[in-house]
Amino acid sequence: MVMRPWDPTTMISCYARKQNHSRLSMAFQGDLNLEATELRLGLPGTGDHERRTPPVGVGVTKNNKRGLPELEDGHREESTRTTKTQVVGWPPVRSYRKNCLQPKKTESESGGGVYVKVSMDGVPYLRKIDLKLYKEYPQLLKDLEEMFKLKGGEYSEREGYNRSEFMPAYEDKDGDWMLVGDVPWNMFVTSCKRLRIMKGSEL
Amino acid sequence: MSEEDGDHHSSEATSTNSLSGSHPPDQVLETVLESVLQFLTCRRDRNAASLVCRSWHRAEAFTRSELFIGNCYSVSPARAFARFSKVRSIYIKGRPRFADFNLMPHNWGAHFRPWVSAMARAYPWLEKVYLKRISLTNDDLALLADSFHQFKELELVFCEGFGTRGLSKVAYNCRQLRVLDLSDTEVTDDNVDWISCFPEDETCLESLVFDCMENDINFDALERLVARSPLLKKLRLNRYASMRQLYQLLLRAPQLTHLGTGSFGLIENVQNMDDNQECNYYSSAFAACTSLVCLSGFKDVMPVYLPSIHPVCANLTSLNFSYTNINPQQFRSVIVHCHKLQTLWILDSVCDEGLQAASETCKDLRELRVFPVDADEDIEGPVSEVGLQAISEGCRKLQSILYFCQRMTNEAVIAMSRNCPDLLVFRLCIMGRRQPDSVTGKPMDEGFGAIVKNCQKLTRLAVSGLLTDKAFWYIGQYGKLVRTLSVAFAGDSDMGLRYVLEGCPRLQKLEIRDSPFGDAALHAGAHRYYNMRFLWMSSCRVSRQGCEEIARSMPRLVVELVRYDGEEGSFMEGDSNSFTVLYLYRSLEPPRNDAPESVTIL
Repeated sequence: MVMRPWDPTTMISCYARKQNHSRLSMAFQGDLNLEATELRLGLPGTGDHERRTPPVGVGVTKNNKRGLPELEDGHREESTRTTKTQVVGWPPVRSYRKNCLQPKKTESESGGGVYVKVSMDGVPYLRKIDLKLYKEYPQLLKDLEEMFKLKGGEYSEREGYNRSEFMPAYEDKDGDWMLVGDVPWNMFVTSCKRLRIMKGSEL
Repeated sequence: MSEEDGDHHSSEATSTNSLSGSHPPDQVLETVLESVLQFLTCRRDRNAASLVCRSWHRAEAFTRSELFIGNCYSVSPARAFARFSKVRSIYIKGRPRFADFNLMPHNWGAHFRPWVSAMARAYPWLEKVYLKRISLTNDDLALLADSFHQFKELELVFCEGFGTRGLSKVAYNCRQLRVLDLSDTEVTDDNVDWISCFPEDETCLESLVFDCMENDINFDALERLVARSPLLKKLRLNRYASMRQLYQLLLRAPQLTHLGTGSFGLIENVQNMDDNQECNYYSSAFAACTSLVCLSGFKDVMPVYLPSIHPVCANLTSLNFSYTNINPQQFRSVIVHCHKLQTLWILDSVCDEGLQAASETCKDLRELRVFPVDADEDIEGPVSEVGLQAISEGCRKLQSILYFCQRMTNEAVIAMSRNCPDLLVFRLCIMGRRQPDSVTGKPMDEGFGAIVKNCQKLTRLAVSGLLTDKAFWYIGQYGKLVRTLSVAFAGDSDMGLRYVLEGCPRLQKLEIRDSPFGDAALHAGAHRYYNMRFLWMSSCRVSRQGCEEIARSMPRLVVELVRYDGEEGSFMEGDSNSFTVLYLYRSLEPPRNDAPESVTIL
């Protein structure tokens, strides 16, 4: 196998060619899956935690996803901050509580988000959202869809809104109503004063 | 000493009634006894009284009006109701607590059906039902509503299996209903407007709690209901309640003492006001609620509206911000007014700074819970040993703490053990598994050791972080009043568990996961299991043979082995010797027959 300069995307595509779909999904799961990008000479899947049969009579689960390093042969040191495989029910926070919480806050130390009111035609209540929580249009649109329970169409940079029933518009600093997505993201965040989701029939 | 109402040490008292008339002096004695015993309310006192002699046993059984069943499988309804014939309120607990964390199948058991069917026959005058971690259906609720004509209070905590159709039956039929509380309970949407089912005239409602419900309700009906419920003191709305709706309800019910605010973020497009004006608008409604002592909700909070609660802060004894993702400054602006606060639930988004602010103001704090915004192991957390230390220095009367964090030191935990000697409940969850002291790199043994040593009233303990058998030695040595112990990813060997089982005489509930305790430790504790509510061990080192031996040698113990893959959410195939959970509990009954296929009862 030819050694290429270390490039995460190359390694991932290499694995994808050879194998396993689940490797790919693992690679994108979580922020830093170091194993997926680790430089190796062996085939993917070796030296890894795959399923193994436990010794007979011991109450250990077959699926090693539970991550019990002290039950392995002891050659894996448990260091404090390595990425660990997820364990069921840990930390012990009930899923209702986890699901209730808002999307993760990015670092907004000053406490100042960019809050804009969002209204939707035909809906009596409006919401406020913090534009600083998003980095790009698709994220924002997805959240809007969830918030107002919309059936979304597809949005792409090139084609705009495709087959969708709603069009998000925003009022900019000059008081003009513009289509969301017209300007680069950063410009949008600084110039957007309020958002309005318009029904498709009005366009 | 058994704390349940099926005690194992006394003989099976058949309540032969001495009213056959032949011995007047005995009858007088029994009557006197009954008149006296009915003043005993504490169930432990009653259990003790019932052991004196047959006559006391009978009299106590006849006068017990509150029945507590700590484990619904430890005794059958028939047996319990045969002994206690005059019950007016019943508490039943079902699933073990670790089942909340996806470690047991959903259909594991703990059904209400056998209980409600038996109660319908035995206690037609029943007034109160409190269920925790029980599965109940719409039909069960319908049966309840139809059977008990004086029914007054229904409280469901961590329950599931029913929907709005069942609720509507309760609302409609229970005309004397005072309390309808659903906490952390799943309610399916059967598309029934249950709020409209309450009687049209004035109701007796004192408490209506549905903040966990994930479906919309008919707000107009709710407003009319509140308007015709003059005794209403507790109202907790769900997250679909908007600011305007909350405002209107507050105007209708300024006598409220406990309020759940709903979203506190959903706004109506009705007023064209700027943020400040809106705040003043809402705060006028809060200002009218001079009896408000407990505030919760804020599930989708718009921080800019928080100032509207300032008028009530000075009176608050309880504040639940545990769904409220606000930063330290936003939190501080509220907490500085809360001088009387005794209970505080928050998210770690308030950071150590926020905890510092709380410690400066809330000198009367008794209970603190700090939940994580991000229940993840591999991140830098916003709270740490600094926050814990601050709390321990400022809140000397602290009795109960639950603290999720990413880093902790022995020093801070030791400080808390010294500053807060009144602690009854100490639950520390260092989220990274087996995390050592973040400054010294040592295990957290000394910290927890200090807690059990210095906090001599401690009854509940949850440990975490890197712990050796030494920590368990401390617990066994000093934790003489500990009743509940939760252990995860801790210990070195069987000795750890042995120290606890041999050293803690009051231990009732022991839940352990992913720790290296095996058969030898399991057997060493055999002499305790009849005196405990349950033992839970998951992903430890006990073997099927070890469990079988225990089951064989202890006939009154039910030993359940569960094979469940929490991640897949399904029954685990494969080797029948392997299992994920060992759950054992004492019982007066033969093993249950309602277990799913993933459960094997030995």
